[in-house]
Amino acid sequence: MMNAQSEATVWIGGEAGEGIASAGDVWIKTLARMGLGAFAHNSYQSVIRGGEVLLQLRSGPYPVLSQGGGWDFLIALNQSVLDQNLPSARPKGRTLFNADAVKPPAASGDVILCGVPIGELTTDLPKNPVMQNTVLLGALAFLLKVPWDVFEGSIRAQFGKRKAELSDQNVTVARRGWEYAQKNFAPADHIALSGDGKRRMVITGNQAVALGAVAGGCKFYSAYPMTPASSIMHWLAPRGHRYGLLMKQAEDELAAINMAIGAGYAGVRAMVGTSGGGFALMTEAIGMAGMAEAPVVAVLSQRGGPSTGLATKTEQGDLFQALGASQGEYPKAILAPLDPVDAYYSTIEAHNLAEKYQLPVIVILDLYLSERTVVVDPESLNPHVPIERGEVARSIEGEYFRYRDTPSGVSPRALPGTPGGMHTAVSDEHNQQGVLVSDWYTNPTMRTKMVEKRMRKLEGVSRDTEERAILCEGPDGAEITLVGWGSTYQILEEARQTLEAEGYSANLVQFRTLWPFPAQKALPILQSAKRVVCVENNYGGLLVRLIRQETGFSIPYAVHKFDGEPFSAGPLTRALENCLREDAPAVQTLISSELDLPVILK
Amino acid sequence: MSTASEYKSHVRQTWCPGCGDYGVLNALQTACAALNIERQNLVVVSGIGCSSDLPHFMNTYGIHTLHGRAVPVAQGIKMANMDLTVVITGGDGDGYGIGVGHFIHALRRNLDLTYIVMDNQIYGLTTGQASPTSAKCVKTKSTPEGNPENALNPLALALVGGATFVGRGFSGDPVQLAEVMRRGLAHKGFSLVDVFSPCVTWNKLNTYTWFRERVFKLENEGHDPSNLDAAIKQAMRADDRLPLGVFYETDRPTFDQEELSLQGEPLVKGRMGLTDEEWNALIEEFL
Repeated sequence: MMNAQSEATVWIGGEAGEGIASAGDVWIKTLARMGLGAFAHNSYQSVIRGGEVLLQLRSGPYPVLSQGGGWDFLIALNQSVLDQNLPSARPKGRTLFNADAVKPPAASGDVILCGVPIGELTTDLPKNPVMQNTVLLGALAFLLKVPWDVFEGSIRAQFGKRKAELSDQNVTVARRGWEYAQKNFAPADHIALSGDGKRRMVITGNQAVALGAVAGGCKFYSAYPMTPASSIMHWLAPRGHRYGLLMKQAEDELAAINMAIGAGYAGVRAMVGTSGGGFALMTEAIGMAGMAEAPVVAVLSQRGGPSTGLATKTEQGDLFQALGASQGEYPKAILAPLDPVDAYYSTIEAHNLAEKYQLPVIVILDLYLSERTVVVDPESLNPHVPIERGEVARSIEGEYFRYRDTPSGVSPRALPGTPGGMHTAVSDEHNQQGVLVSDWYTNPTMRTKMVEKRMRKLEGVSRDTEERAILCEGPDGAEITLVGWGSTYQILEEARQTLEAEGYSANLVQFRTLWPFPAQKALPILQSAKRVVCVENNYGGLLVRLIRQETGFSIPYAVHKFDGEPFSAGPLTRALENCLREDAPAVQTLISSELDLPVILK
Repeated sequence: MSTASEYKSHVRQTWCPGCGDYGVLNALQTACAALNIERQNLVVVSGIGCSSDLPHFMNTYGIHTLHGRAVPVAQGIKMANMDLTVVITGGDGDGYGIGVGHFIHALRRNLDLTYIVMDNQIYGLTTGQASPTSAKCVKTKSTPEGNPENALNPLALALVGGATFVGRGFSGDPVQLAEVMRRGLAHKGFSLVDVFSPCVTWNKLNTYTWFRERVFKLENEGHDPSNLDAAIKQAMRADDRLPLGVFYETDRPTFDQEELSLQGEPLVKGRMGLTDEEWNALIEEFL
C-alpha cells in the first residue's frame, strides 16, 4: 500500500460505566502484542455513571509520544459523542456506533459512517449494556486488519483465567462485530499498522510508580483516596503483601503522612500518594519530616485546582505548593518524572534520597502522567536498582547524638530497637542530642547551627541529582528552545520533532529535578538559547517564575493551557511556530475546544 | 528486673512545680519496670502540649511529633515494626481536640498501642484556653463569659468507638495510676488510659482537691471490666463522682492479626527489592 499512514488514533466516547476503560485496555493490549507503540489518555468526569468519557488512544510505530489530536476511528456509544466529535475527524475517518441507538448525522462530511445493529447481532445472547463496545471493538479490529488471534488473546488476557465465562462471552460478542464488519464495511486501506513483533508492556504512570516502590524496597504506603493518585493504592493493595509492603488506607491525609513518617522513623521505606488537596493537608507533617529528619516520599499527582477544582482533569498548578510545603525552611527534594519509565526510576531515586539525606522527597506527577496508558519496552525497566539507605548506626559505642553536626549535615540514624541509640526525634528545634532548645530557653547559637546542618544536606542532594536534573533533546544552537517540566516531556518532544520535520531547528530542555533547583546547569543552557518558549499546563507560568527566581533568567515566551486537558501536538506546534514570528505573542493560551461538550441539564 | 529509675533520662523536666504530669511520668516508668520492657524496644510518641514533652524524660526511643498527630505516627511505627512496644502520651487538647479524628480511627483499628492522655481540662502550653474536656460554663481566657460548649466524654467515646481497653487514673494516686498503666501496656490491642492530671497554673477549678473529693475506685464497687454496659454506665455517670480504674477490657483480634502484610516478621526486617522471579512474574502481568 503506497503512502498508507502508519498510525491510527481511536477515540471511544460514551457515558462513564459503559466499559470504555475496559475496551481501551483490550485495544492497547492488542496493539502492544502486535509490536506497536500506543499512548492513551482518558478524558473523564468525576461521576461514576453518567459523566462523559472520551478515551483517546493513538497507536503507531513504537514509541508513541502522545495521545495525538483528532481521530481516525470514533467509537460513539451515544448520540452526543458522535455529534460532538465529528469535527475532530481526520481525513477518511470512520465512526462506529450502535445503529439501534444512534442516528447517523445528516451532514457528516468526509466521515464514513459505520452503523452496527447491535441488537440484531446479539439477540441470542444475554443482554448486557456494556456489550456494545465489545461488538464495535470487534468491528474496529477488522477495519484495521488486526490478526483475530491477537485480538482474541487480548480479550482473554483482560478478563483473566478466573473469569473464563466472561472471556468467552466477550470473545463471542467481539466476533459478531468482526464478522458484521467483514460483510458490510471495507477495511481501512489508508492505514497500515505495522508492528515490529516485539512483546512489550502496557503500563500507566501510577503503575510505574507502584512498581518502582516495590522494586525500590518500599515497605509502607499510606494514602487516602484521591484522584488521580488512587490507582497507586489500587495496584499495591492486592500485591503489597507478596513483597512485604503494607498498603494502609488512612482516615485522612493527615494520618496517611504521619503514619508514613512514623514508619520511616522506625526504619522502613515509606511513601504516601495524593493530589493537591490532600497534599495541602500533609504539608505540616512534611515540614516535621524535615525537622525531625525522618525519610518520607510523597507522591503528589496534580489535578486542576484550586480547591476541589477539576477533580478528574490534569494541570501543573501545584509547583509552588510543593516548593512551599510547610512553614519554615528545611531541606527537601522535588522530582518531576518525565514519563512512566522515568516515574519508575524517580520513585526509587526518591526513596534513596529520602533515606540517604533523611528528608522528605516529593515526586510531582499530574493526571496526564499518572493515568496515561502507554506501551513500553520491558528492558527499559531495570529491576536491579541500587538501594541506598544512607548512614544507619547499627552498633553504638559511647554517647549517641541523633542530630550530630557533621560536614555533610547527615547524622547517622539509630532505628528503634538498636541498643544504645535511644533518643527522642523531635519536631521542635533541638540540639545534637535531640533535646529541645525551643521552649524553656532558646539557644540562638544552637538554632543557627542546626538549621545550617539540615540545610547543608541539600549540597549532597544537588550532587546526587544534578546529572539527571535536566534532559536535553535536539541540536545545540537551535532557532527555538522549548522548556517544560515533568509530564509534558513526551508531548514536547513530539512537538519538537514535528518542528524539525517542518524544517525548523528546535531543541528541548525538560526539567526533572525541580528542587534543589539545578541553576548552574540550567543557566548556561538558557543563556545560549536563541528563542526560549516555556510550555506549561498552568495559568501562571510557574516554571518561568522558578527559573527567574533561581537564575535571574526571564523566559520571554510562554504557551499555557489550564482547561484541564493535556496539550495536543497539532495546536501546540502551531503555537510554537507563532513564537518564531517577528511579532510573537508573549503568552499564548490553548484551549481544547474540540472536547467542549454542551452542558446537559437533567 | 528493671527499676523505674532506669527509664529516667537526664533531660531537665520543664513542667511547672506541682504539675500532674510528673505523677504520670513516674507511673509510666514504674509500669514499664513492672513489665520489664526493654528500653531499646520501647518508643514513646507524643504530640504537642505540655504533656507531650514526656518522651524527652524517658531514657528510651521517642518521637515528639506535631499537635494532634501522635496517634498516626505511633501507628506507623507499630505497623513498621511489630516487635516494638509503642506508647503514646499527650494531652486532652492534642488527643481529644485537634487529633480526635485519629483517636476514633485508632480505636476501630485496634493496633497494640497504649495511649496515655494527661487530661487537665485546659490548654496549658498556650496559657489557658478552654479544651474539649473543659466543663460547661467554666471561665477561661478564651471563654471569659463561661464555656458555651459541653465537655467531651473521652471514656464514653472510646467505649462506643470500640476500644478494647479503657482505664482512668489520677496523678494524685500514683500507685493506682501505675497499675492501670501496667494493665494497659499488658493488654493486647488499643488501650486508652485517661489520666486526671491537674494543671496547677491555668486550671483553678479542677485541682487536686477538687478531684480528691470526687474520685473513687471502680474495683471497690464490684465493677466488672468485661461488662461493656456497666463500663458505659460508669463513664456516663450523671452524679459528680469520678470513677478510677479499669472500666473495660476485652479481647479482640488486633490489626496485625487481620492484615495479610503483617503476618510473619516485622516489615522492618523484610528483604528489600525483588528477586528475578518476582520481577518476571510482575512484568508478565503487564504483557
